[in-house]
Amino acid sequence: MAEHHPLDATDRAIINALQGDFPLVPEPFAAAAAPLGLSEAELLARLQTLLEQGSLTRFGPLFQIERLGGAFCLAAMAVPPEDFERVAEIVNSFPQVAHNYAREHRLNMWFVLATETPAGIAAAVAAIEAATGLTVLPFPKEREYFVDMRLTA
Amino acid sequence: MNAPSPLDELERRLVRATQAGLPLVPRPYARLAEALGLSEAEVIARLQAMLERGAIRRIGVVPNHYAIGYTANGMSVWDVADEQVDAVGEFLGRQAAVTHCYRRPRRLPDWPYNLFAMVHGKSRAEALAQVEHLAGRVAAEFGPEFGNIVRGRDVLFSSRILKKTGLRIGAGPREG
Repeated sequence: MAEHHPLDATDRAIINALQGDFPLVPEPFAAAAAPLGLSEAELLARLQTLLEQGSLTRFGPLFQIERLGGAFCLAAMAVPPEDFERVAEIVNSFPQVAHNYAREHRLNMWFVLATETPAGIAAAVAAIEAATGLTVLPFPKEREYFVDMRLTA
Repeated sequence: MNAPSPLDELERRLVRATQAGLPLVPRPYARLAEALGLSEAEVIARLQAMLERGAIRRIGVVPNHYAIGYTANGMSVWDVADEQVDAVGEFLGRQAAVTHCYRRPRRLPDWPYNLFAMVHGKSRAEALAQVEHLAGRVAAEFGPEFGNIVRGRDVLFSSRILKKTGLRIGAGPREG
């Protein structure tokens, strides 16, 4: 997990301003820097540092995999606590596992599968069950009411 | 919702070239264009088209929630009567504290909850208070029927991120 690096007011302004609408123009950093009162070089250097120190997980396009013909699916497992690390290693080794979180519940491991086709989800669930010997409960989304991950830094 | 438009070969290459991030150089689209054998204008036009059809949700920074102070990531889960779940989901999705809101299947007997709403707080107490506030708003919105509509709820906190790589599309042809 990322260490906590203190963010100054400029870092926060960058994070708050650039969570979307990054300009699609030939010199987008210059265009994005101007309203922040920064130079292109300053913005590039700040972004580099924020990425290196882990304050940003990435910078770029966020793809909507379903619109690209792929699929996402949340899934959960009840992992015996004494076996948790071993199972986490197995689950994380699957490239289809995009995120994996330990959560405090009897269902204590929650992960997101991302595959290039809807059929890939069922295949990944079966493969993870075979590799771990545990039941995987898939929670496909039946409806999306809202998604916007923007948070104020 | 529009039907998915499968990636064409060029888009697949564009996704692969940018899924780890845009190059941090003054002309990132020109850098991508060079790598893909396209013009800068073609890269920009293709990204614009993917944004417009929703294949790209947005282009920008993705903050690490923990690093920007949101250490309490709470998955609030609700057992809502089937006839009301869409109304409650739409309502929760409009509340400022909620970053994602989905309907998902129950897995009885293990899991009675069919509505998932993520909240992010700077502490567990703050995230729990947000969920209580949400429940209060739902109760006010749905009135005396609230108890019959929302039959149970819980909040699951993440104690650890075990993996976070995001989407990775492989180099090979589409499977299946």
